[in-house]
Amino acid sequence: MRLTCPLCGSRDRREFHYYGAADYLHRPAAEDAPDAWDIYLHLRDNPAGVVRDLWYHELGCAQWLIVTRNTVTHEISGVALVAESAK
Amino acid sequence: MRYSGLKVIWEGLTGNTGWAPAWRDPAPKAEYDAIIIGGGGHGLSTAYYLAKNHGMTNIAVLEKGYIGSGNIGRNTTIVRANYFLPGNSEFYSHSLKLWEGLESDLNYNVMHSQRGLINLFHSDGQRDAFVRRGNAMINQGDDAILLDRDGVREHLPYLDFEQTRFPIYGGLLHPRGGSARHDAVAWGYARGADQRGVDLIQNCEVTGIDIENGVVRGVQTTRGAIRAKKVGIIVAGRSSQVAAMAGMRLPIESHVLQAFVTEGLKPVINHVISFGMGHFYISQSDKGGLVFGGDLDFYASYASRGNLPMVEHVMEAGMTLMPMIGRAKVLRSWGGIMDMSPDGSPIIDKTHVEGLFLDCGWNYGGFKAVPASGWCMAHLMATGESHEVARKFRLNRFATGHLLDEEGTGSQHNLH
Ligand SMILES: Cc1cc2nc3c(=O)[nH]c(=O)nc-3n(C[C@H](O)[C@H](O)[C@H](O)COP(=O)(O)OP(=O)(O)OC[C@H]3O[C@@H](n4cnc5c(N)ncnc54)[C@H](O)[C@@H]3O)c2cc1C
Ligand SMILES: [Zn+2]
Repeated sequence: MRLTCPLCGSRDRREFHYYGAADYLHRPAAEDAPDAWDIYLHLRDNPAGVVRDLWYHELGCAQWLIVTRNTVTHEISGVALVAESAK
Repeated sequence: MRYSGLKVIWEGLTGNTGWAPAWRDPAPKAEYDAIIIGGGGHGLSTAYYLAKNHGMTNIAVLEKGYIGSGNIGRNTTIVRANYFLPGNSEFYSHSLKLWEGLESDLNYNVMHSQRGLINLFHSDGQRDAFVRRGNAMINQGDDAILLDRDGVREHLPYLDFEQTRFPIYGGLLHPRGGSARHDAVAWGYARGADQRGVDLIQNCEVTGIDIENGVVRGVQTTRGAIRAKKVGIIVAGRSSQVAAMAGMRLPIESHVLQAFVTEGLKPVINHVISFGMGHFYISQSDKGGLVFGGDLDFYASYASRGNLPMVEHVMEAGMTLMPMIGRAKVLRSWGGIMDMSPDGSPIIDKTHVEGLFLDCGWNYGGFKAVPASGWCMAHLMATGESHEVARKFRLNRFATGHLLDEEGTGSQHNLH
């Protein structure tokens, strides 16, 4: 598997750290109800198909990336910088 | 038909013409008392114990592929009861006891072999942790023996004791740990359930769950609608999809785990060896193949195949631990889809829908759990109460904070 980092170009999967579903971008506020934290930390759509998930370009530019990926075929259809995305 | 040694000899002498199919191939009925979605190890054992322990025989197992096509036929077959946390410890202990009586109970040779499991440790801190774990196992009534370096050498003389990256300090030996033949477990439970009247319906994918006023009424399938008073979702890596049919969003992420087997070799590895620091474990099958594996590929996936970085990592770890296997040729590698929970422990619970039950979250350790999971899920579905050894496997524990984080790494996806 290779990811095309918007800054570094096409790179081997080993350069990246996988963090999880893009749900992690929606962190509740400290005072939010425990339910909101449960949803944020634990509950997932976990689709067999297209997902958006977070990867970190650890051995490259050290940017957080949103990767649009198919979990059935491993096909990657988009890689964007978290810093530039509307979340 | 009862299987016996005599029967095998007789059939061998008479051309093997007297064997009958091990289970029927029935068409689905319009209605059952209970439906199990998923014909993997856990679904089949649940059906078996519903019939055997609770006298519920008007039930069906619906399997979208064929019996044994999922993780039950893809795993590396380690059976052990070396858990530490209350909640896990009594459950896996119960499971191991069921394993020990399984073959005579099922009248089926599942090739359960208690050849001993050795978990290696490589530092003083790790040794302390294993001493503690060993004591927890003994307190639970199971067995554990702490081996020092020479003790490990006696059992496993072929390890590389000179390596400096992860010097071998010793190991925790679990003599009752071992392995079994994975698909025989599926077949044995399938046959046992069938003999008690359970309908095993293959090539029957569940596509919807019918719910009226918060009560389950049945399921929609590729072979038509089937009514049922109770429904159990037991579909491992596909748990999120099937639960979504009942409007649920689960604390589950599906990940691919790979495994490997070499060509058949003469007996050389007599134990199950776990090399945690290298994320590597190995045993030898009765056919002679070295069966080994490592860690998850570490990204959510439903592809039953992995990627090369983990292949490379597993091979490196194997060579680090026991350079002698370097000449063995790898025959096959494959992957299975694991239902990973945030704390690494399973869920056996009711749902918000009356009559709908859930058994999932087995991570990469659900093979050894097949007997006890079926036992406890059957208990829950039949009586409406959690079985005492599965009391802590609650669906809402992530919200309430009653976590079962056996590895102590935290309760968040991608940490186990
Ligand atoms: C490589 C690998 C190594 C492993 N090693 C070990 C080990 O050493 N020790 C250990 O204890 N565990 C191990 N495991 C884990 C263990 O295999 C699993 O936790 C366990 O098998 C999962 O439960 P199951 O047998 O019921 O799953 P499965 O066999 O996957 O059963 C689920 C079934 O549900 C069916 N299904 C899915 N959706 C539907 C639907 N909509 N309708 C109808 N049917 C459906 C599937 O087709 C499948 O047959 C390993 C797993 C893998 C992949
Ligand atoms: Zn980059």
